[in-house]
Amino acid sequence: MIYLYALATLGILISIIANRQKTRKALKTAWNLFIKMLPMLLITLSVVSIVLYFLPDYAIAKYLGTNGLLVGVIIASVIGAVSLLPGFITFPLCGLLLQQGVSFTVLGAFTTSLMMVGVVTYPIEKKYFGIKLTVIRNIAALVIAVIVSFAIGLIYQEVL
Amino acid sequence: MANNKQNTKKQSKKPLIILLSFYAAFIAVSLIWNFQPGVKIGDNFLFFSVDMFKLFPPAFILVGLFMVWVDRKTVEKFFGETSGFMGYIAAIILACTTLYPFVVVLPMGAALSKKGARLSIVLTYLGATAICRIPMTIFEASYLGFKFSIIRYLVSLPLIVISSVFIEKIVGKNYMQENNLLESEAS
Repeated sequence: MIYLYALATLGILISIIANRQKTRKALKTAWNLFIKMLPMLLITLSVVSIVLYFLPDYAIAKYLGTNGLLVGVIIASVIGAVSLLPGFITFPLCGLLLQQGVSFTVLGAFTTSLMMVGVVTYPIEKKYFGIKLTVIRNIAALVIAVIVSFAIGLIYQEVL
Repeated sequence: MANNKQNTKKQSKKPLIILLSFYAAFIAVSLIWNFQPGVKIGDNFLFFSVDMFKLFPPAFILVGLFMVWVDRKTVEKFFGETSGFMGYIAAIILACTTLYPFVVVLPMGAALSKKGARLSIVLTYLGATAICRIPMTIFEASYLGFKFSIIRYLVSLPLIVISSVFIEKIVGKNYMQENNLLESEAS
């Protein structure tokens, strides 16, 4: 995150030196983008906050660990698809799940689907890319998540 | 806590605002009467918001700078129809350096599209940002091992490129234009 701020600052500085007019326009564009997205974003965060109340992380661990591999992969992809967790929560959570005996296969499905499939971000994505493309893209991402988890399972010798 | 929500909003956003107001009211009432589920939900909201909004200023500024400074020709050269296979590689490299959350990746992808990037390459970019951000990978590898991350890269990246090409075939190359998704506030 520090890098992100550093990069943005550097960008603005260079931009100001090069052309003040354009820099102002860039900042205005950034602000407009943000404002346009804000209501949808707040709705999304509200939904996430409610979902996470009913489905806290220890519950996730329980669902993923205790069932068979195939069921685990299916549940993991679905949970991954409907959640929106930032990376710094996801990976410690995965580490925890791993210690509790959740397989790499299931974790592969979980992380991939978590990062690629966005059910809660659907309304935002739809605004930029339309319904059709959003739906197709997310379905493809879900399929990829399952394939990736299968490959990971093969290599860690958890499946077959 | 969840109060600074409905500030500067305008036009046809009414239903959203009403929903948000209900949500805010629910949280507020929960806080006053100490209704535990409500308080917990409010906590969750705050937790995620703080996390996201900290990333927003620099992320949006970078997208803004991109939109103003990078001209159409450059984008077309690297990500357009004629870029060929290298376009996908370029999209993946761009994705690797991504630092911001998916909700900012979306406008960035849209910006690429506006500037003339090929649809399948934009899709590759969207998919790859989820897979191969370097900062995230370092984090992932430290918890799950490098082997895990490497397998994930090797398997998912080709699949993303392939699926992007297919999706472009399905919806059509001019999908964005046909659906009026390119109207822009900064050309």
